[in-house]
Order: sequence, then C-alpha cells, then structure tokens
Amino acid sequence: MMEDLSNYPLELTGDNVPMVRFLKVTKRYGDLVVLDQLDLDVAEGEMVTIIGPSGSGKTTVLRMLMTLETINEGVIYVDGKPLTHMEKNGKLVPADRKYLRKARSQIGMCFQHFNLFPHMTALENCMEGPVQVLGMKKAEARERAEELLELVGMSDKRDQHPSRLSGGQQQRVAIARALAMRPKVMLFDEVTSALDPEVIGEVTNVIRSLVEKHNLTMLMVTHQMGFAKDISDRVCFFFDGKIEEQGAPEDLFGNPQKERTQQFLSAVKEAD
Amino acid sequence: MSYIEFLKEYGPRFWDGTLVTAGQFFLASALAIVIALVAGLMKLSRNGLIRGIAVVYIEIFRGTSLLVQLYWIFFVLPLFGLTLPKFTAGFVAVGMNLGAYGAELVRGGIQSVPKGQWEAAYALSMSPMRRMWRIILPQAFVNMLPPWGNLLIELLKNTALVALISVSDLMFEAKQINGSTFLSAQTFGTALIIYYVFARFIVTPFMRWLELVMRRKLGRA
Ligand SMILES: Nc1ncnc2c1ncn2[C@@H]1O[C@H](COP(=O)(O)OP(=O)(O)O)[C@@H](O)[C@H]1O
Ligand SMILES: [Mg+2]
Repeated sequence: MMEDLSNYPLELTGDNVPMVRFLKVTKRYGDLVVLDQLDLDVAEGEMVTIIGPSGSGKTTVLRMLMTLETINEGVIYVDGKPLTHMEKNGKLVPADRKYLRKARSQIGMCFQHFNLFPHMTALENCMEGPVQVLGMKKAEARERAEELLELVGMSDKRDQHPSRLSGGQQQRVAIARALAMRPKVMLFDEVTSALDPEVIGEVTNVIRSLVEKHNLTMLMVTHQMGFAKDISDRVCFFFDGKIEEQGAPEDLFGNPQKERTQQFLSAVKEAD
Repeated sequence: MSYIEFLKEYGPRFWDGTLVTAGQFFLASALAIVIALVAGLMKLSRNGLIRGIAVVYIEIFRGTSLLVQLYWIFFVLPLFGLTLPKFTAGFVAVGMNLGAYGAELVRGGIQSVPKGQWEAAYALSMSPMRRMWRIILPQAFVNMLPPWGNLLIELLKNTALVALISVSDLMFEAKQINGSTFLSAQTFGTALIIYYVFARFIVTPFMRWLELVMRRKLGRA
C-alpha cells in the first residue's frame, strides 16, 4: 500500500530552511524497527555528531541520507527539496533512480573502511567522480583533486595505490574523494574506528580543519567523545532508534539530563 | 622410419594443423569471453526475464555434451537455414560452450568484489553502468584470472573435437597421418606433446603474466 504523504510539504520554504531535515522517518528491517518516526534538522554549516550504543541506528541515519537505504515512512529533505521522494502531479512519490542519482550528488560520505578504489591511485580516486559523473575535463578534475589532496596532506602520495597507504592515509584520500564532488553535506561514519590509535589524529585534524575553514554541513557518527565535544555544534544521543537527548556539546557531555545518556557516557568513560 | 625422419616427413602437416588449432583456440576464447561477460552480467540482472534467459543458456550449454552441440551447429542449423562454414561452426560451438562455464566465473568474480566498493561508487552518484564498468569489473577481472587460466586450457583441449566435423586442426591432421602411416605412437604422441606445450608453455605463462600485470595495477604485487 502506498504511504499517504499528503501531510508532507513538496518543498521547505520560509526563513530558516535547514540543510537537512528528517521528517517522521521510519526505517524497518522486517519486524525490526531501526528508526522510529525520526525528526532531525541540520542547519547549513552545522556540525552535528551522533553518538549512542551499538545498534541504536546511527549508521542507518547516515545511510538513509546517502540513499543507500530506502525508508519506510516519512520524507528526507536536503536544501529544502525532497531527497527520498519527488514531485509528481503535485504529490510526493518515492524517487526513481534517475532522481536519486541527481539528488544524492549533494551528499558526500566517508566510510569506516575507506572503500577506496584499489585499482586507482590516490589522485585517480579523487578524479573519478568529477570526470565520470560531473563530466569535468581531466585537466580540471586533476587540478581539483590535487588541491584536495593538498588540503588533506596527501599530495606527496598522490600517485600511490591505496594498498601502499596506511589506514589513516587512505581515510584522508577518501575524504578528498568525497569533497571532490563538492557536496553540500558531508557524512562521516566512524571514520576513525578502523584506524590504529596513533594515526587517528591525522584524520580528526582534517575534519577539524573542514569545520574551521569551510562552511560545510556535516553529520558525523563517532565513538570519540573528546573529539565530538571539541568540534560539534550539536550532539545527538541515539538510543533504540530515537534521539534520546540532544544539545550543545558542553551541555550534553557536561550535564546530561536523561538517565540513559548518563549511563552511556559513564560507561564510555570507564572504557577509555 | 626413425622419429626424426617421421618429423621431417610430417612436420609441416603437424605445423599446419597446429596453426588451425591456434586459430580455433583464439577465436573460441574471444567468443567465450564475450559470451561469459554478457551471460554473467545478465545472470546478475534485477530483471527476472533477463536472468532467466541467462540461466537457460548456461544450463543448456553446460548440461549437454559439446560434441552434440557441435553437431547441432554444423548439421542441424542448416536445416533451419543457417549454414556455417566448418571452421566457423567449430570455434562457435567451442566458444558458446565454454562461455557458459565462463559466465559462472564472471558472476562469481563480480560477487567477490566487496560491497563497500559498490557503495563508494554509489555515493559518488555513479550510474549503474559506470559502477560496473569502471569500479567493479576491473576488480572482478583480477579475481577471475586464475580460474580463467584453467578454463582456457580446458577450451584448448576441447577444440580437438572440431576434427570430427573435418576442420583440419591438429587432431584432424594427426588422424590423417595415422591413417596413411599406421604409426600411431609417433603420430598421437606428437599431437599430445604439441597440445601440452601449447597449454603449459603458452597459455599458462600468458595468464600468469596477465595476472601479475593486473595485480601490479592494483598495487597488490
Ligand atoms: N541490512 C540490515 N538488515 C537487517 N538489520 C539491519 C541491517 N542493517 C542494520 N540492521 C540493524 O539495524 C540496527 C541499527 O543498525 P546501525 O544503524 O548499523 O546501528 P549503529 O550504527 O548505531 O551501531 C541494528 O539492530 C542492526 O542489526
Ligand atoms: Mg554503525
């Protein structure tokens, strides 16, 4: 049965249109409700961090925004326009593949395991999207890729294949690759979880510089509470597919209101 | 007649036969690769009909004897108005048969590429065609090379069957020479050695070399 979407606006208008809006989004796998009527706004230029126990649905939030997962109910908007749906005869219907391809180009994503293309050098990885998808000239794409590799401190390794790079280096190239598409929103899913402790800093420093110097909208899932506290504008604590508590990092980490948040934060602190 | 004399006398005919076998091998290989790629991709299609066609093709060509397929293509198709020269019928039958086996290798190779590669390409907004062609197939290709080496040797051996529709390949020449000299040991011994040398000293080293080159490209070697 088709979901009744008549209560959802065809686009968001007004003064404070968020860059990202989840509107009553539900995600199920079979009987398992992973996200339950999620509402979440991210303002333009905002850095929102998602924390929470394993299995609480953090990755799923990012994957839905990347349109890697379909959603069962609700609508996601990006920059005021529907992402998961499109307008047809004045009504919202699930987006078709062509619409999704265009819509998702506003989003960039970095994965826990980097997922660089092993048959391409660092530079080629960063040129692939601009050349193949945006139809950019090779020389121009190359220039952009070199700039971005410079930004992430990987210029000297541009001609190396991923297998010759450390995890931290691969992740930095992956960030450059995503940025090469000039996304409006960047997603980071536990990008330091697969890294050795001594190289985590080189990746977090890159993300930090993006926050400080670029007006990108970002959503980040992380287990590094110190880092989250440092760079986030807002922190959301997920529990059981819902936002249990959210707020400015000083408040959420310094003075959590909900019992589950307190429990989670003290458990994480002990583990450290 | 000493073996040296035998070779002097019949060497040129073995050589001619070997060239025809080589031609059968290369053309059948090319056809098998194309068919394997197409049928392998079709088998992974979301569309049930496309998948079904691939399954039927693969089942028929793997499930029945190559010799019967060869006879069908050479003797039966003309009854339906499609007459192929024997040389063509030979490599087409061998190529179509081995292509069905190759399709499974292509499918397996594609499925062996980690899911994260699809997702990364998807996240760059690449179209399904580009994802397959630019990201997945190059990686699948490297994973497929070792089993393809075996398959191509199998294919080479199977080309001997085309002698049965009188394509003048190595096996055909050997049978002819045997028929006139009755020197079975020398004749079929020579053919055996030529097939073996072709497989082990040309096909296998070539595939090894290709694998090395491809692994280098992936930065794995
Ligand atoms: N493809 C899937 N099929 C079935 N269940 C899934 C799938 N992906 C995730 N889940 C389930 O959804 C829940 C949330 O997963 P996830 O978003 O990955 O959590 P987190 O990132 O917070 O650890 C988990 O219970 C997980 O087992
Ligand atoms: Mg996760």
